Amino acid sequence: MNGLDVSGVSFAYGEKQALRDVSFTVAPGRFCALLGPNGAGKSTLFSLLTRLFTTRDGTIKIAGHDLETDARGAMARIGVVFQQSTLDLDLSVRRNLLYFAALHGLGGAQAARRVDEVLEVMDMGTRARERARDLNGGHRRRLEIARALMHDPAVLLLDEPTVGLDAASRAGIVDHVHRLCADRGLTVFWATHLTDEVWPSDQVLILHQGRILADETCADLTQDTDLRDVFLIMTQVAA
Amino acid sequence: MIWWIALRAIMAREALRFVQQRARFVAALVRPLIWLLVFAAGFRAALGLAIIPPYTTYISYETYIVPGLCGMILLFNGMQSSLSLVYDREMGSMRLLLTAPLPRWFILSAKLVAGAAMSVLQVYAFLGIAALFGITLKPWGYVAALPALAITALMLGALGLALSSLIKQLENFAGVMNFVIFPMFFLSSALYPLWKMAESSQLLYRLCAVNPFTHGVELVRFALYAQFNAPALGWTVLALAVFMTAALRGYDPARGMMTKKG
Repeated sequence: MNGLDVSGVSFAYGEKQALRDVSFTVAPGRFCALLGPNGAGKSTLFSLLTRLFTTRDGTIKIAGHDLETDARGAMARIGVVFQQSTLDLDLSVRRNLLYFAALHGLGGAQAARRVDEVLEVMDMGTRARERARDLNGGHRRRLEIARALMHDPAVLLLDEPTVGLDAASRAGIVDHVHRLCADRGLTVFWATHLTDEVWPSDQVLILHQGRILADETCADLTQDTDLRDVFLIMTQVAA
Repeated sequence: MIWWIALRAIMAREALRFVQQRARFVAALVRPLIWLLVFAAGFRAALGLAIIPPYTTYISYETYIVPGLCGMILLFNGMQSSLSLVYDREMGSMRLLLTAPLPRWFILSAKLVAGAAMSVLQVYAFLGIAALFGITLKPWGYVAALPALAITALMLGALGLALSSLIKQLENFAGVMNFVIFPMFFLSSALYPLWKMAESSQLLYRLCAVNPFTHGVELVRFALYAQFNAPALGWTVLALAVFMTAALRGYDPARGMMTKKG
C-alpha cells in the first residue's frame, strides 16, 4: 500500500515516555492531520517517521516499506518538510532543489526537468533564480514543499509547516497541499496545533501525552461542533 | 550511481560554502602564516634543532614548522567542520542530509571527504604563500605530500565529526577549543621535535608520542621530503578508524546523542 502504517510504536527519552503504543493508518491519497498540544509527542513521532530516531517497539511502514528492515526503500518514498527551515539560504531556489535531487540520486536533465515541474506545481516558476534568503516566509515554505516533492514521493510528511506565517500565506499553503492530495493521490501527514488547517473530510489524529486519543474523519469527530472545542475538551479531560 | 551523484553534490556544496566564506579561508591562512613569519622568526634563535629524519642537514626553524603548520590548517579545519556540523544540526540542514535514502555511513563519509578536500586545498594555498617567502620544498615533495595530507585531513575531520555528535549545543564549542585543539596542537611535534620535549618532561613526551596529531604531522613531514613514515601512517589510519567508528556510533539513530536530544 502507498500510505502510512504505524503499529504499536512506543518511544522513551530515558525514563520519560514520549510515545505509548501509537497505532494508526493513513490510506493512500488521504490528508491526515496530527493534532496535539505542545509536548504531546508530535516531534518525536516525526523523528521516528523520518528515521532520525529509531525504536524497537512497534513498526512503521511507508508506502509498504518497513522503516526498520528496508530503511532506504522507505526513505526514498517520503518527502519531508520539517518545522524548522532546512533551506540553504545562500543558494538559489533552483540550486536548493538540485542539491536535494542529487541526494535522491537525480541528476542532469532529469533533475532539471523535475525542478521545473515542482516549481510549476508550487506556483514558483518565476522565482527559480532568486536566492532562498530573498524569499518571504510563505515562499520559503512553498520552496520546502517543492523540494519535498522533487523525488515524487508517495507520502508527504509536514511538521507544523505554517509556523510563523501570516494568515494569507498559511491559508495558501493549506489549500495547496490539500489540492496536491486530491489531484495527485499523495498521502499527506500534517502535524499542527492549529485546528483551522483541518478540513471536514480530513482524517484527524489527536495525540496527547504520547497516546492517540482520536482517529477518525474531522466531520465524524466534530459532529457539527467546532474542532477547536473538541480538541480542547479532549486534551483537557485527558490531562 | 545514486551514491556518485550524491557525493558530487555534497562535495560541490562544500566547495561553494568554502568559496562563499572567504573570511574563513583568509583566517585559515593568516593563522599559520603568522606562526611562520612572526613566531618562527622570534624563536629561531631560541630553539636549536639537531639533524633528525627526514632532514639530512641543519634546517631553519621556519622549515621545521612548515609541516606542523600544514597540520594546524588541517586541525582547525577539521574542528571548523565539526562546528559547522553542530550548526547544521541546530539549524536543521543536517536533518535533510540524514533523511536522504542513503546509508548513514555514506552520508557522513561524504561530508568527511568533502571537508578534507577543502582542507588540503588550503594547505596547498599556504605552501604556495610560504614559497613566495622563500620557504620551498623540492617539487616532488609537494606531490608526495598529497596522500599524507589527505589521510591526516580525514583523520582530523573524523575527529571533528565524532565531536560534533557529542556536542549538544553550539555554545559548548568553546570547550573543543580548550580541550581538543590546543592540547592536540601543543602536545605534538608541530612546533618542536619530540626529543626536545623529552628533555623537559617524560610525561609530556609520552603524551606527545600518543597524540594522533603528532603522527599526522610526521606523516606529512616525511612526505614533504618524499619519504615514507610507516609507523606514522599506521597510527594515523588507526586513529581515523577509531574516530570514524565513534562518529558513526554518535550519529546512529538507535544510539548516540541524536536520540537524547528530544
